[in-house]
Amino acid sequence: MNAAAGHGASVRIENCGKTFADGTHALEPASLDIARGETLVLLGPSGCGKTTMLRIIAGLELPDAGGKVLFDGKDMTSVPIERRNVGMVFQSYALFPNMSVVENIGYGLKIRGVPRQERAARVAELVALTNITGLENRRIDQLSGGQRQRVALARAVAIRPGILLLDEPLTALDAALRERLRGELNRLLRTLGITAIYVTHDQAEAMELGDRVVVMCKGAIAQIGSPREIYFTPRTRFVAEFVGAANIIEGPLDKGYLVLPGGRQPIGGDATQPTAVAMIRPETIAIVDAAGASLSGMIDSVSFIGDRQRMVVSGASDKPITVDAPNTVEAEPGERVGLLIAPDSVRLLPQEN
Amino acid sequence: MRDRLIFTGQLVFTLLVAAFLVVPAALSIMAGVTVNYFRGIQSGVTLQWVAQVWELYADTILLSFLIAFATLGVTLAAGVPAAFALHVQGGRLSRVVEEIITLPLAIPGLAIALALLSTYGGFSDFRRSWLFILVGHVVFTMPFMVRSVMAVFSTLDIRTLDEGAASLGASPWRRFRDVIVPNAVPGILAGSLMVVTLSLGEFNLTWMLHTPLTKTLPIGLADSYASMRLEVASAYTLIFFVMIIPLLVAMQIFADKERAR
Repeated sequence: MNAAAGHGASVRIENCGKTFADGTHALEPASLDIARGETLVLLGPSGCGKTTMLRIIAGLELPDAGGKVLFDGKDMTSVPIERRNVGMVFQSYALFPNMSVVENIGYGLKIRGVPRQERAARVAELVALTNITGLENRRIDQLSGGQRQRVALARAVAIRPGILLLDEPLTALDAALRERLRGELNRLLRTLGITAIYVTHDQAEAMELGDRVVVMCKGAIAQIGSPREIYFTPRTRFVAEFVGAANIIEGPLDKGYLVLPGGRQPIGGDATQPTAVAMIRPETIAIVDAAGASLSGMIDSVSFIGDRQRMVVSGASDKPITVDAPNTVEAEPGERVGLLIAPDSVRLLPQEN
Repeated sequence: MRDRLIFTGQLVFTLLVAAFLVVPAALSIMAGVTVNYFRGIQSGVTLQWVAQVWELYADTILLSFLIAFATLGVTLAAGVPAAFALHVQGGRLSRVVEEIITLPLAIPGLAIALALLSTYGGFSDFRRSWLFILVGHVVFTMPFMVRSVMAVFSTLDIRTLDEGAASLGASPWRRFRDVIVPNAVPGILAGSLMVVTLSLGEFNLTWMLHTPLTKTLPIGLADSYASMRLEVASAYTLIFFVMIIPLLVAMQIFADKERAR
């Protein structure tokens, strides 16, 4: 395993945009630095340009004129994928149906002219690492989805790539398996210490796997930051709503208070503009006694989820506010409650139209 | 009782239809080994007609196989990469090219032959060689190869497989050899079967393009029916049959084995 460690390359993308032949702008010119050994997640809804960005880094797509891709400072823009030494895991896995599991994993090594014996040893190492022992001589169509995913990962890692590129590798799996493999994948990436770029539309995956997350929207980068930064201090309404659940409330500002139909909510900082748009995460809101609360509303519904309960409170703001309350709070629909929100849990967002 | 009646009815009908098709073939084959067909089988059984046909037409038969396999070679070498390129490229241009390749199916063989003759007829060395017929056969059989290979590609997401191989460091040629072709084998086999059969049996085009020295099996057959006694022509049919059936069966077995693998 330590043989596999420490072969990551750094990646730099300069002004890479992509316009397809039919005129669609898949990606606005974007720049990005990825450190050696870092796991960077490209997160966004479908059509946001994340896969295009990955394919440009991979060398499967050429950026528009002026764009540049550098690995360890070396310009790779016009180098085709087969000479970039990248490992790639495709959403459909792209395993070769005409080869067995071990032949798939060993294919990249065979191309590199690695002697048979050394190849077998390396493949065995990866079979053990990805927990597919016993499947070595299976054909691809005899594998389950999860097993295919593991083979695809082993095959991509076998060549000791400088950069590992993963294009929605877990999307084709069912929810329970996805969650388990996410944990395994995380451990593997940490063990290998490889530079990894991971594309997903699933924010839970992005949070768990990413050292940094790049949130993308309509072909542009909306925000880059650690999972915590992205979650707690989203820069735009899109980021706030795409990553986790968010209440977006709007109202006039009055001396450090947001004035709402259900009362006044103190906000941190010293904003002076006349009106504000703010984001409040559901779990930062506490249900308190309505009497004496500065902000109150009426409970519309309560859904008991187990570890918590999700309540919808109307009347406090223009739109109903979602609250994630501890499972011990007792409240019934129709009841009047106070909402206690710490000023620093209120995140002001830029005005958009 | 009623089920039994229906079953018997169906069986009789099936046997009648089969007999309708098989009896002429059997009669024709029989004619080929009868001493005198008009006097019937009691005139005796002989292989003299078969021997005579072989003597007269052995080179025609061999040329037919040469052309069939040369056609196969050309359609493989050009058709498989073309199918891959058309599939990966996609878009309107590919659609147009595909239609053009398919056109010879709709255009009468005579028209294709005329076009070839009026364009290349002046190159007399070329005109006189069997390569001239080969060109016609390639034009005629290419759509079968390209289409059957493309059909396999469309069920396989071959483009992603190609990208997968590329990401592992394989050059375009290695990818084609290691991933594209092996995964296209079912389509290649189906296409090959069609190409060889069609080439061996092609008459329209070949009839226009042939010279006395470049005749294929069907042309020889027509020739013998037109100019020789019925027994000779029938013996010819027999040879045709004996040569082509084992070939087809062998290719079919090979294709089945490949599919089961």
